Amino acid sequence: MTTTPALLQVGNLKTEFRTDQGTVTAVDEVSFRLAAGETLCLVGESGSGKSVTALSIMGLLADNGRVAHGSILFEDQDLVTLPERQLRGIRGNSIAMIFQEPMTSLNPVLTIGDQLSETVILHLGLSRAQARERVIELLAKVGIPRPEEIVDDYPHRLSGGMRQRAMIAMALSCAPKLIIADEPTTALDVTIQAQILKLIRDLSAETGTAMILITHDLGVVAEMADRVAVMYAGQVVEEADVFTLFDEPKHPYTIALMRSVPHISTPAGDRLASISGSVPSLLQMPTGCRFHERCPHAMDRCRDDRPELLQLSGQNRHTVRCWLYDDAAQPGTTDAKVLA
Amino acid sequence: MTTTEPLLQVRNLKKYYPIRKGVIARTVGQVRAVDDVSFDVHPGETLGIVGESGCGKSTTGRAILRLETPTAGSVIFEGTDIATLSAGTMRRRRTDLQMVFQDPYSSLNPQIRIGDLLAEPLIAHHRLKRAAAQARAAEIIQVVGLPRLYLNRYPHELSGGQRQRVGIARALMLEPKLIVCDEPVSALDVSIQAQVLNLLKDLQGEFGLTYVFISHGLGAIKYISDRIVVMYLGKVMEVATTQEIFTAPRHPYTEILLDAYPEANPHLRDRPRIIVEGDVPSPAKPPAGCVFHTRCPSAQAICTTEIPRLSTDAHPVACHFPLLASKNGKVES
Repeated sequence: MTTTPALLQVGNLKTEFRTDQGTVTAVDEVSFRLAAGETLCLVGESGSGKSVTALSIMGLLADNGRVAHGSILFEDQDLVTLPERQLRGIRGNSIAMIFQEPMTSLNPVLTIGDQLSETVILHLGLSRAQARERVIELLAKVGIPRPEEIVDDYPHRLSGGMRQRAMIAMALSCAPKLIIADEPTTALDVTIQAQILKLIRDLSAETGTAMILITHDLGVVAEMADRVAVMYAGQVVEEADVFTLFDEPKHPYTIALMRSVPHISTPAGDRLASISGSVPSLLQMPTGCRFHERCPHAMDRCRDDRPELLQLSGQNRHTVRCWLYDDAAQPGTTDAKVLA
Repeated sequence: MTTTEPLLQVRNLKKYYPIRKGVIARTVGQVRAVDDVSFDVHPGETLGIVGESGCGKSTTGRAILRLETPTAGSVIFEGTDIATLSAGTMRRRRTDLQMVFQDPYSSLNPQIRIGDLLAEPLIAHHRLKRAAAQARAAEIIQVVGLPRLYLNRYPHELSGGQRQRVGIARALMLEPKLIVCDEPVSALDVSIQAQVLNLLKDLQGEFGLTYVFISHGLGAIKYISDRIVVMYLGKVMEVATTQEIFTAPRHPYTEILLDAYPEANPHLRDRPRIIVEGDVPSPAKPPAGCVFHTRCPSAQAICTTEIPRLSTDAHPVACHFPLLASKNGKVES
């Protein structure tokens, strides 16, 4: 597994924003790798830095934001240092993005056909007529009924689910190697969400496109992910394959998050566990471990020292940023402590 | 529970909105937001109303509180039909019925301190002196788990979860019998949702409250509800206990809704399930017959012409061909 070459390797990424109240670090020491064809879910609550991580990879940070440190290697090219001209060649072509609300990312005065053609004309050098044919093909592929009519419709004529299908068609138009999808189904009804998730799953299996899927919903993670990175307050606190993460979560935050979600397939009864307090402000990040103020297992050390992302021994690429596992991560010890 | 008199009876409730066009705003059609909805709410229970956008769940909730005037039907609260009360009488009655909204940021006046926000209903409805109302606010704010010093803060100084606690505290000020909660946790982060759901449960136990809990989130609905009403395009599809809805749904739409829910367990990702095609039709042009027939896997000819009536048995369902076998293979009698 570890020998597969990485399509994307993010190393020690630090992204900052200048604000009226000073510089804030929205993403700090974020590292992960993604193999070709793999789906990685970035999961976290608001303010965890998951969207900023995506925008950093895409080079789409707002004017007051910048990557202050770290590297983003995509097929061995560092996107952080790549000139904007070359970055534009990669963006939309090799890496495409799907946003939460397609209505705000589709141009309301252009027909669906016009905006999808733009990408294929620009990146693939097709003629207008060829582009139109390609767009109709793409719309059919993402399950839009009557594509030869919809191609001439404006975005507001489509339902939310159909607009998200059009966005997916746009993302697929240049056969990218990586798609970054930021909460692609959060604005949709649950039966439409199920359709879109199935579509994304089928298409990525068919095309072998790797995906970073950003979500706050552990249910979406469980359905979609190969690997999962749990983010909290701008950092990855745990990363593992999806089954390991759900079966044996290690970080107190991951454990608490999972216990706070009501399930529908298990009998009711147990009181939901809740996490006390709320996510810290970026302007007042706690010292030491950023979760220590809300953590039931916090020790003195957690208040003072920042934990590193530790590789758990005997586990296949399962990392956790928590002092509880400090000795378990050292060579020579076998099992990680299991939290009650 | 069935022997007690219902606290609230909703009967044949309809709320239509006119669609107007042109310079003289001629009415060219109607949006049937709520179309012939009936259900009971018993004292001390939580009745969940679940459905997707456009199903009419929020309009139903607002009609219970007379924030919307029903087009037809009745809302009988403790024996009085409040759908037809005069505005003045309704105003006095409203102290028994309160609402918690989805987004407390837009329902709390940003220029008023929390203490005054909480005291306001007591002053307006019970003519309490400001000091007395403030004293009560200081009690209630602690009941919802916030420190008293928050009384002097403004809504924007609070986090989303804290603001929702204020929204709940405000609903409690008048000591209501029934609280309609409209998507109270949908705007909150996952870890905060659990805090608010647990608070609602605790308060129910403490004050003997009755809730109508409206949500599109099946997880929250299951956690908090005793019984559940499933709605689709302005109609009630099914009414049953939480246990029955989740283990033995009778309406094909309920089963599809459960199948669509992404369960936080990767071992279930390849479970056999139905993913329904197509979009929810517009409530301005609902399909003839059963409103769900355009997406229903078990639809037959009769479903396209004849509106199914909500059955009158112990587990009411509005379907010509209700499901018989439960999800775990048991056959219902």
